[in-house]
Amino acid sequence: MRRYFGRKLFTYTLTFFIAATIDWLIPRFMPGDPVASLVAKTGGVSPEGSAALVKYYNDLFGLNKSMPEQFVNFWVSLLQGDLGRSVFSHGRPVTEQIMGAVPYTLALLIPAILLSWWAGNSFGALAARRKWLDNTILPVGYILTATPYMWLGLVFAFVLGFSLRIFPLSGGYGYNLEPALTWRFFTDLVAHWIMPFLSLFIVMFGGWAIGMRNMIIYELESDYSRYLEALGAPQGLVRKYAFRNAMLPQITGLALQLGVIVAGSLVTEIVFSYPGVGSLLFNAIKSSDYFLLQGIFLFIIVGVLAANFLVDIVYIIVDPRTRVGMRGGTQ
Amino acid sequence: MTGAIQVGTKPEGAAELPMKEGTSVPAKKGRGEFLYFALRSKKFLVALAILAVLIVIAVFGPIIDGTDPLAQDGVVMQPPSLDAGNWFGTTYFGEDVFAQFANGLRATFFVGLLGGGLAALIGMAVGFTAGYRGGWIDEILNMLTNVVLVIPTLAVLIVITSYLKARGVFFEAVFVGFTSWPWAARAIRAQTFSLRSRDFIDLAKLSGRGTWKIIIQEIAPNMSSYLFMTFILLFGGAILIAASLDFIGLGPTGGMSLGLMMFNAVTWAALNLGIWWWFIPPGIGIMATVGALYVMNVGLDEIFNPKLREI
Repeated sequence: MRRYFGRKLFTYTLTFFIAATIDWLIPRFMPGDPVASLVAKTGGVSPEGSAALVKYYNDLFGLNKSMPEQFVNFWVSLLQGDLGRSVFSHGRPVTEQIMGAVPYTLALLIPAILLSWWAGNSFGALAARRKWLDNTILPVGYILTATPYMWLGLVFAFVLGFSLRIFPLSGGYGYNLEPALTWRFFTDLVAHWIMPFLSLFIVMFGGWAIGMRNMIIYELESDYSRYLEALGAPQGLVRKYAFRNAMLPQITGLALQLGVIVAGSLVTEIVFSYPGVGSLLFNAIKSSDYFLLQGIFLFIIVGVLAANFLVDIVYIIVDPRTRVGMRGGTQ
Repeated sequence: MTGAIQVGTKPEGAAELPMKEGTSVPAKKGRGEFLYFALRSKKFLVALAILAVLIVIAVFGPIIDGTDPLAQDGVVMQPPSLDAGNWFGTTYFGEDVFAQFANGLRATFFVGLLGGGLAALIGMAVGFTAGYRGGWIDEILNMLTNVVLVIPTLAVLIVITSYLKARGVFFEAVFVGFTSWPWAARAIRAQTFSLRSRDFIDLAKLSGRGTWKIIIQEIAPNMSSYLFMTFILLFGGAILIAASLDFIGLGPTGGMSLGLMMFNAVTWAALNLGIWWWFIPPGIGIMATVGALYVMNVGLDEIFNPKLREI
């Protein structure tokens, strides 16, 4: 148990270090000088003035030090939760911008992941080896997992937003509203949330349903199921055991799919101009705001690692074998 | 089978049971048996038919149609009609949507084949080595897999794209191939792991053959159906990843792809102008291709694995 956690912790730390180092390279290895372009954008300054500006910005971003020094500084400020400053919004702290976007992304992702995982697994388990249900769920599920996230979003936006005008097309809340703790703002927030949520939920649902359906069929064919059946156990009991065994790969699957899911939410946000991390990333790419990019990626890395860690813990709780200390043995 | 890892739609456990005894097959064993069940698998046949139609469009569409997908010479925003010469209508700039669709489909298959193929090769190399050798090699490869799994590949791509001003579908396919192999490596490692303690492997070792000879001659053939299905899933996955990259604006420059069509449609406000024929066809193209691949995968699974056949 302790060995298991120790190993995991080591892997996570190493992964984080490598990923963050690659991330650190982004603003430094990009062609072109971000500071020069920022000063050029300010415009109308005398040569001495622009020289002073360059110096000011270099100090601000910490670009005037040697590379190793910059690298150490990066880690020091990172551990203090400081991700530097955004180049294009005139030195606004990156952390502040990301924190403004994170609630929207989490409000989309967490319900979509949890609900689709639950609903997909329940439906998949129900459908396996039941002729009529299986024949409907299987094709629908495959079509859904094969659907690009942004395309389903576009279809929703077109049908429900543009043609039928049921839900607002874009944004996190109406342009005529200020964020406030009022009922009106809340309902508006929900109205803007529904379409991006639904498109994420539906695509993910298909994947989980199919994964579960296939796993259950494998489990129902395995020896312990056959043995139970031969003993005369009721179908419900056999299926219950099959379900519990089929659940484990689905939990690992969740960890493996996280990257794809995050990417899916990014493109969905872009479709709906939903003010989450995805839209922020899209704008950062468009305006070559490398420090903002660096911050966003760092945030995504931490988020995915944390979620992976959560999945590990859930796995230990659900699968008693991991607690004994045996795990995907290499012995 | 604790070690086995599965991703969303990926079935597992098919490896150990290709062609087991006890099935009443009138045809010969081996290839004959495969054909016998393939021709009776509705899933396999339907998926094959859909893929055939799509491949015909992708290969012959651009040749027969001959329209330049980027030529802005048509009537703008023309809805689809059969007699106007623009089957799928035209874009905001008067480009022919069908020409874009056919060319985009070509790029889609190319990315799937090359990206999926490359990912399968890397996944196999890593998975076989880790699973067969075990020990510290396994630990290191596992760590490598985990790192690639978590690293934001987008970040790497953004750095690369800022250096490569012109990049084609080939670059995109290679990039997708190099970043999408981790789950396959894990799955193949688990399968190899369960095979390596079998008697016939010990016999092969006793005969003094080298590691890679044993892997290629003994282990791989025993999970060939599994490897093939992994490739199909990587193929579909590569197509979906490439579409997302195109949609963020990191796709090929100067070429055409289905994801790029959607990116252009959104950039030029097709939603607000109601030009649905600009973004609906590319999505359906991707959905049909990837969906057919996935259904084919289940069909193959049932063909290779007698236990899964519907009775």
